[in-house]
Amino acid sequence: MSDPILRLTGVKTDIAQYHILHGVDFEVPRGGVTMLLGRNGAGKTTTLRTIMGLWKPHAGEIRLDGAPIQGLSPAQIARRGIGFVPEDMGIFSDLTVEENIRLAALDGHPIPERLDWIFGAFPALRTFWKSAAGTLSGGQKQMLSVARAVVEDRELYLIDEPSKGLAPAIVATLARALKDLKNRGASILMVEQNFSLARALGDHVAVMDDGRIVWTGAMAELAGDTGLQERLMGLKMEQA
Amino acid sequence: MTDTAPTHAPKMTKLPLSERLKPWLPVLLVPVLIVLGFALIPSPSSWLTLTVSGLAMGMMIFVIASGMTLVFGLMDVINFGHGAFISFGAFVGTTVLLALASMTGAPSLMLNLLAVALAVLAAMAVTGALGWGFERVIVRPVYGSHLKQILVTMGGLIVAEQLIYVIWGGQEIVIARPETLKGAITFAGAALEKYRLVAVGVGLIVFLSLRAVLRRTKLGLIVRAGVENPEMVQALGYNITRVFVGVFVAGSALAGLGGVMWALYQEIITAHMGNEIMILVFIVVIIGGLGSVEGCFIGALTVGLVQNYAAFLEPKLALISNIALMVAILMWRPMGMVPVVKAK
Repeated sequence: MSDPILRLTGVKTDIAQYHILHGVDFEVPRGGVTMLLGRNGAGKTTTLRTIMGLWKPHAGEIRLDGAPIQGLSPAQIARRGIGFVPEDMGIFSDLTVEENIRLAALDGHPIPERLDWIFGAFPALRTFWKSAAGTLSGGQKQMLSVARAVVEDRELYLIDEPSKGLAPAIVATLARALKDLKNRGASILMVEQNFSLARALGDHVAVMDDGRIVWTGAMAELAGDTGLQERLMGLKMEQA
Repeated sequence: MTDTAPTHAPKMTKLPLSERLKPWLPVLLVPVLIVLGFALIPSPSSWLTLTVSGLAMGMMIFVIASGMTLVFGLMDVINFGHGAFISFGAFVGTTVLLALASMTGAPSLMLNLLAVALAVLAAMAVTGALGWGFERVIVRPVYGSHLKQILVTMGGLIVAEQLIYVIWGGQEIVIARPETLKGAITFAGAALEKYRLVAVGVGLIVFLSLRAVLRRTKLGLIVRAGVENPEMVQALGYNITRVFVGVFVAGSALAGLGGVMWALYQEIITAHMGNEIMILVFIVVIIGGLGSVEGCFIGALTVGLVQNYAAFLEPKLALISNIALMVAILMWRPMGMVPVVKAK
């Protein structure tokens, strides 16, 4: 097995006086989608934000492609090759769709083939190319957020709850795009509450509870064991 | 999950004219005010003189306030020390102009403009450097705390004013305008001061340049995005701290330019002149919409026109005209005329 693209060892993060991550250890294999699952408040978003450098860990180590990145600024981490889709989408409402995309391309010029792929996956972005991003619907904003992260080739994509609050039809569009991205060899670490989507996209799983990883394994193993799902996440997962 | 492609495009219905005009109403405010002034002021020549005076004053306030509004919008910093850069700019510019008396006194437009350009460059260089130091020493330790920002930047303002007393002494300094910028030209029976026309031109150039940088360059894109959501700009790979410092330095340098313009407008400078203008600057930044350069421009012109018209029509009202204007605009648009979207 090749080296993981990302490895977290004993990562602890505090936010103000709250201890959120109590020593997170897990690996994201190179290529494929790793789902980070868990109850609300388990520390999934904090883990992604800590990897991205938006919150600084006070202990532990984060290695991207073997090199430590904890302590680097978010900008340095992004330039090391991590694309980030935050939970709130992080869209710049006053900028047009085009400007949002252009900003994400670090040299200001998106790769034409990648732009074609984005327009194929999310036709609405071509339609509203010159419109202010603030005028888009929630689903279109999420598409823009994903498009912005993938406009350049990245080592790893961190995607936080892309299906949150979206209509099933929009979720299907996003799922298709993310699956295509995965098939192109991308490495993705994704937080998702929608287990159907997680099962459809995920290859590997890390389950969190109370700021720690409590289980890691293959998605096939978790998806086939409802008892394990219930024990790990306290929820009866729907069966496809 | 369904595999059928969804229709993403929302159904667009045409809004009524009144709704479509709403975002443009602030832009109409300046021409409406000018027309209103024409209706209220009995003599057209007086109206023209007052309008040019109002626009010139507004342009100078805009040059000073534009940096401050960007600093507030991008860095969420309330900088009460901004007035120090105005005063320093005025003193440095005046010192250069006094040293170049032979050029300013010559009846040559080229020589006069060259002297003013050198004074402006010196003032902007000094205030830009001061801004860099101010950001590092005074502002950086208090990012995120408005109360501390108010206290330390006011402290910085006091220190800067005392520095001016140390360097230039406590006396006010009289500075004459360059020879070819003195006097007025007559147009349609109205006397229009040459310097005010120049001020209008400079203000317009600064506004158009700022707008071009913000709208047409990658740096402008980063600044506009940073005003809305600095965290996300970092996550896209941009060093927002460097952008913060750059904007602070540029804002301070613009205040320095405004200081030179104000010095030549008033023809007298004092250490606390920056502090006095700051009331108008704050009004402009607030009514424009915190962080908006376009709003700042409209706000500054509105303030300049209202002050000049009110002073002519009802001098006693002039004292409260700008406060009344701020109250009226905030009742109409509580977030300012061109509000800036900020990430939660």
